[in-house]
Amino acid sequence: MRKEIQLAGFGGQGIVLSGLILGEAAILDGMNAVQTQSYGPESRGGAARSDVIISDAPIDYPKVVSPDILVVLSQPAYDKYRSEVGKKAMLIIDSDLVESDESALCVPFSKLADELGRRIVANVIMLGTLAKVSECVTRDSLERAVLRNIPKGTEELNLKALDAGFRSA
Amino acid sequence: MMTQRQSRLSGFDNRTLFLLGDEAAAYGALYAGCDFFAGYPITPASEIAEVMSRELPRVDGYYVQMEDEIASLSAVIGAVWAGAKAMTATSGPGFSLMQENIGYAIMTETPCVIIDVQRSGPSTGQATKPAQGDVLQARWGTHGDHEIIALAPSSVQECFELTVESFNLAEKYRIPVILLMDGEIGHLRESITFPAYEDVAREERRLAEPEVESFGGEDVPPMSHFGEGRFIHVTGSTHKASGMRDVSTQAVHEDLVTRLCRKIVDACAEISSVEEDFVDGAKIGVLAYGATARPARGAVLEARRAGCAVDFLRLITIWPFPEEAVKRLADRVDTILVPEMNLGQIAREVERFTAAPVLPLSKIGGVPHTIDEILDAIRANGSGSGSTVGQRP
Repeated sequence: MRKEIQLAGFGGQGIVLSGLILGEAAILDGMNAVQTQSYGPESRGGAARSDVIISDAPIDYPKVVSPDILVVLSQPAYDKYRSEVGKKAMLIIDSDLVESDESALCVPFSKLADELGRRIVANVIMLGTLAKVSECVTRDSLERAVLRNIPKGTEELNLKALDAGFRSA
Repeated sequence: MMTQRQSRLSGFDNRTLFLLGDEAAAYGALYAGCDFFAGYPITPASEIAEVMSRELPRVDGYYVQMEDEIASLSAVIGAVWAGAKAMTATSGPGFSLMQENIGYAIMTETPCVIIDVQRSGPSTGQATKPAQGDVLQARWGTHGDHEIIALAPSSVQECFELTVESFNLAEKYRIPVILLMDGEIGHLRESITFPAYEDVAREERRLAEPEVESFGGEDVPPMSHFGEGRFIHVTGSTHKASGMRDVSTQAVHEDLVTRLCRKIVDACAEISSVEEDFVDGAKIGVLAYGATARPARGAVLEARRAGCAVDFLRLITIWPFPEEAVKRLADRVDTILVPEMNLGQIAREVERFTAAPVLPLSKIGGVPHTIDEILDAIRANGSGSGSTVGQRP
């Protein structure tokens, strides 16, 4: 089993952290995982991408070659990265932030996050949806990985966000 | 009683974490006993400084953010003579600035570790993209005749292990050791399993007895620390065994510099570390190191699955150059393929040890080789008589 997952959006949306959490969840599942990132010189606003590979075999080449899943959380990232990715990839987009006329799983991650009171957890909602539809990590490991990587005091909010993601899939 | 360091680090014992290569290298330094870091942040090495700034105060150590990279290595060298185990970390532009002090550390026989997380140059080049363009700079960047030790990790686990090894080699041979990481490995996140703190082998500094001189008498003389009761003189100028300058006697300079080189050259077999994976009947061998060794290994395994015998040699030690291992490979195959993220720096070194063709497979521009690119080169060049290269499963 080898799954290549690409997460894209703009800097500040937690794209890189999402990749880290996803990879850590895979490690907790006993799988091999690597995560790499690509970003511009700016820390916020530019296109950001995080690549995760999860495999039951050792991972020689750590870059995504042909993603199985592409998650896009901003229009510029969609415009920049969509053409690089083969059509076989399952596409997941934030339906309020990305316009696309192809078939995709559309979830309003940012709006759902606003409803929970903090837009910053949109990436955690996205992880829940991604895990549900792709089955690339178990829910238990994903919860543990989220809890290991968030500030103290936000556990309840993040677990709610993860649950919202699972329910939106 | 448990030291502050033991109690902090033993919390990591035997745990498996999902870390960056940079972070793993920083923890390797802490496990090796590093208690002083001076540096200036730079992509893609900043995460090393980040971990050290957070952890060193917790383990009774010191972190200093300096005004530039020249000062960074100066501070490291000073700290070592004051008794510390010290390190700095940088990338290409900062590594260029450190070259003068690397020579000073070689000449004064100062054990220290310099991590260079290579990025695409020259100059500011592609600041956020990986490269392996500093391999020869690590060897010859500072002036004058000298030897150096440089190691290149290929995984996050190895970033940890080779940082420990760098500290140990630095102490054993009293020389600066360069950990030649690259942006690909430094910014790669994968799993790493920490050893138990107690199980890590740490080379301790050999200190001179009062009547023993610190710059001669044996190939690797024992050191003396500042402030520990005797007068010593430490200079980058040519010096006698006592450390006192003598910049006009030919024999003094020749004796000193040949000893500084001999202590590494004679220990080459002991220092050299490689990963050899040879198979019967190979006509072509792939030699790689650092990040490039990963797709290289992937390509070799795939070629073998397709029925083509290919040898694989990964250099873990880059300097001193593991020439015996390269000769062993050269004796077995007709062609050596050398993929690297530069325009052929190690390929040229390999050529010195074989009459057979050495084919550089260079790629620059910040994108690592893919498995297919290396596999194509194996197929195009590996079809010795009767080889089945060219067929894919």
